[in-house]
Amino acid sequence: MTLGTWFVLFVALILAAEAVRALRQRTLARERWRRFFRHRTTSWGLSILTFFVIIAVAAPFVAPFDPNAQLDIVRLKNVGPSWTFILGTDVLSRDVWSRIVWGARVSLRVATLGALVAVALGTLVGAAAGYYRRWVDGVLMRGVDVGLALPRIFILLMAVALWDGLPFTVLVLLIGLTSWFGTSRLVRAEVLSLRGRDFVVAARALGAGDGRVIFRHVLPNAAAPIIVSAALSVGNVLLLEASLSFLGIGVPPPWPSWGNMIADGATSLYNAPWTTLFPGLAISLVVMSLNAVADGLREALDPREDAA
Amino acid sequence: MLVRRLVVSAAIVFAVVTLVFILIHLAPGTPCAGFAGETAPPDPLVCRDLTQRFGLDRSLPEQYWRYLVALAHGDLGYSFSLHRPVRDAIAETVPFTLQLAGAALLLDFLVGLGLGIYQARRVNRLPDVVLGNITLFIYSLPTFWLALILLLVFGEKLRLFPVGGPNDPIICPTIDSAFCALDRLWHLALPAATLGLVGAAGTARFQRAAMLDVASEDYVRTARAKGVPERRVVLVHQLRNALLSFITRFGLAFPFLLTGAVLIETIFAWPGMGRLAVEAILARDYPVVTATALMASIVVVLGNLVADVLLGVADPRLRVRSTDLETIAT
Amino acid sequence: MTAPPTAPALLRVRDLRTYFVTEHGRGTARAVDDVSFDLYPGETLGIVGESGCGKTVTSLSILRLVPEPPGHILPGSLIEFEGRNLLALPAPELRAVRGNQIAMIFQEPMTSLNPVFTVGDQIAEAAIIHQRLSRSAARARAIEMLGLVGIPDPEESVDHYPHQLSGGMRQRVMIAMALVCHPKVLIADEPTTALDVTIQAQILELLDRLQSELGMAVLLITHDLGVVAGHADRVVVMYAGRVVEQATTDELFERPTHPYTEGLLAAVPRIDAPRERLHAIPGQVPAATAWPTGCRFHPRCPYAWDKCVAQEPPLLDTGTAGHAARCWLVTEPERRQAKR
Repeated sequence: MTLGTWFVLFVALILAAEAVRALRQRTLARERWRRFFRHRTTSWGLSILTFFVIIAVAAPFVAPFDPNAQLDIVRLKNVGPSWTFILGTDVLSRDVWSRIVWGARVSLRVATLGALVAVALGTLVGAAAGYYRRWVDGVLMRGVDVGLALPRIFILLMAVALWDGLPFTVLVLLIGLTSWFGTSRLVRAEVLSLRGRDFVVAARALGAGDGRVIFRHVLPNAAAPIIVSAALSVGNVLLLEASLSFLGIGVPPPWPSWGNMIADGATSLYNAPWTTLFPGLAISLVVMSLNAVADGLREALDPREDAA
Repeated sequence: MLVRRLVVSAAIVFAVVTLVFILIHLAPGTPCAGFAGETAPPDPLVCRDLTQRFGLDRSLPEQYWRYLVALAHGDLGYSFSLHRPVRDAIAETVPFTLQLAGAALLLDFLVGLGLGIYQARRVNRLPDVVLGNITLFIYSLPTFWLALILLLVFGEKLRLFPVGGPNDPIICPTIDSAFCALDRLWHLALPAATLGLVGAAGTARFQRAAMLDVASEDYVRTARAKGVPERRVVLVHQLRNALLSFITRFGLAFPFLLTGAVLIETIFAWPGMGRLAVEAILARDYPVVTATALMASIVVVLGNLVADVLLGVADPRLRVRSTDLETIAT
Repeated sequence: MTAPPTAPALLRVRDLRTYFVTEHGRGTARAVDDVSFDLYPGETLGIVGESGCGKTVTSLSILRLVPEPPGHILPGSLIEFEGRNLLALPAPELRAVRGNQIAMIFQEPMTSLNPVFTVGDQIAEAAIIHQRLSRSAARARAIEMLGLVGIPDPEESVDHYPHQLSGGMRQRVMIAMALVCHPKVLIADEPTTALDVTIQAQILELLDRLQSELGMAVLLITHDLGVVAGHADRVVVMYAGRVVEQATTDELFERPTHPYTEGLLAAVPRIDAPRERLHAIPGQVPAATAWPTGCRFHPRCPYAWDKCVAQEPPLLDTGTAGHAARCWLVTEPERRQAKR
């Protein structure tokens, strides 16, 4: 690691912590924000998340080495953590820390995109089912039942195994397409309870069309489960992508994703455990942070706590 | 009521199988490579012969129909890559899958429920905060990574547990004695612990929330006002209600273990259905793939059914009988 | 209805203070702030007040049912039952009192009954715990109690679940559950508020009947003066965490002294009076975290003068036996003419 990259790393750490602290200070007066920050774990989670986002975005400046560069296959293979390589090198003598930084970019991007697709689809289907009810609801929810019964890993495995050279973005789309079922049930339940409320009836009495009622009136009030779902989905997709990459069908090498780093590291598990340890730790930290933030969101947005 | 659920469940399984069937056959390329099991391009004559023998040259709807008919006779097809009937291949894996899933579930529920109840009793105090963070962390671990770590620490470094396989191939090729049963358990320890720990963390989080929800209910206060000892208030009044939401989770747990076990089985070389499925997919072994998808969806649907039935038994509000329809008038 | 009793008090509450900690440092909510009263055997004492005055918290404090983390009963408070301080009792002894010597029924019968146990089981539980009855004996007791509270077909009903009963029936079950051990005191926290008006009357009649049959004292908490008028022997009026007036029922209705009591009585619409605007007490009940200085009622009082703002009055004896009011008008009755 060069002096420059050390500096950027420290800046990232401090920035992450400070940003969250500042946010907490500034929103102290608002009830919902106070509930969000009620537990220390949420603040930590948000800080960790911010840190990873920062290093992912600033990857070119944070990573001391090119993630795919095999620096010295003879002498620098599977070297343990040191001052030059703070997280060691892997079996192909690539710097683990650099790969983690660039892997953050890939993994986070995949996770966010996949979650976006999943939540968007789930919200649309759930809202339609909850709003229109009757046969629309019946058909859509049977579809959701089928979707939930589908063995997701099998489907994804099949898609990749059977279509050689499947573009990675298509895989991400597929991940999203197979992950929306749970969200749709949550949204449906929320919409069902909201649609009878007076403000919906009033909007319809004023002549608002279905689309307008759903998007401008119902969904904003159903935001709570959607937001919490989104936070959790990012974590789930991240884990899923890691599993797929571990099996060799996710992010194609040599580009680093935390999942395929674990796969690479597994071959030298006994003599170079750090190559497996650190990428897994990264995944765990991010997923943990997402879960902590989702917990905080759930408490902040819980309508039962809104009373005086 | 139950009959309707069964019919719907059957329809769902049917839909899943159809989807999988279509998906497989939509894929480009021929299964010839999987047939021969070799990496070199297979002999076209062999290819054509196999294609004819397995009827892969017929039209898609016809293949589908033939599959359904065979299914009705309990015939799941013939595996290209394993050269044996699919049913046998799957049957062999069932005991292993059951052992792994069963052990993991046991660990999951025992530890998870206990932790959840304990945490709820000491909510927001130090034990709860510490345990809460620990369960949050474990719950967020990728299971395959945890497997590798446990393998490293307990298998390799500490040499406490074996690093793979269901048994010692020399001493105990089959379970024919108590010693061999123990040997199986010893081999089961690490994979089951991996699945069980992550599951337990999730269950603990869930159960803690469920217990807290119930704790604020009025009837808990009534029980205390009656002079019911605190222990009984928690373990009888609260738990009985919190278990209702637990039952739904239980129904989903088993199928989840099936698909979640795929990676664990691969890492620990455990010959269960998950590993069979993965290898079949990579080998383009259509019959095995469809059969395992069928199994998986059946388990999911069964799990839901069991959960619904249990819930109907446990929650008196769901037991609809014609006599209940008249509430007793004042 | 009757003159103040002469027997020693069954339940003595002195200087009860129950505070709640609020989050985000919004201060302590002093829900019950120095409440004292006595309950005599066989009588019905009504505690009346608007929501937020602390009457429910008072009733919960007696059996120490206030949730401990946010709430706590301050040391210095005394709740004496048959000579023992309930606040100092160790847990096992407190449990022996709950449901056995002092029982409580709550406002919402639907949510106050456990949905997964039968009505019979819940009634029998109290008998099993306190009287050590066998299951069959307890079940017989439960059937007996169900008959006592007027539930039709007790042998059948004992195996029903709460959701199968109507609101009035559930409240009867609650009463049966509370009385199965023949307690000496029954605390009834708004027992009829959640019920239809016709059912209210039935439940209150039932309580009256059971009280005389079982010879117990009843602490009746309500916001409804009509309930108090028909069923209470003595009344305590609460406002802002304090007792502001206490008297026998007749005395209270004929000669209300505290302006708050006057306001409450005036607010009751009357069929026999000429129709005019409903009288309402101006203003709102203040937040428990910030009681007004001086007399807590002064911002809403039509008679208030500078002494009321500066100094909080103690409970002053009005001269009639058993009638006291926390108001400076007791010492300066001429101020009553200057009504705003």
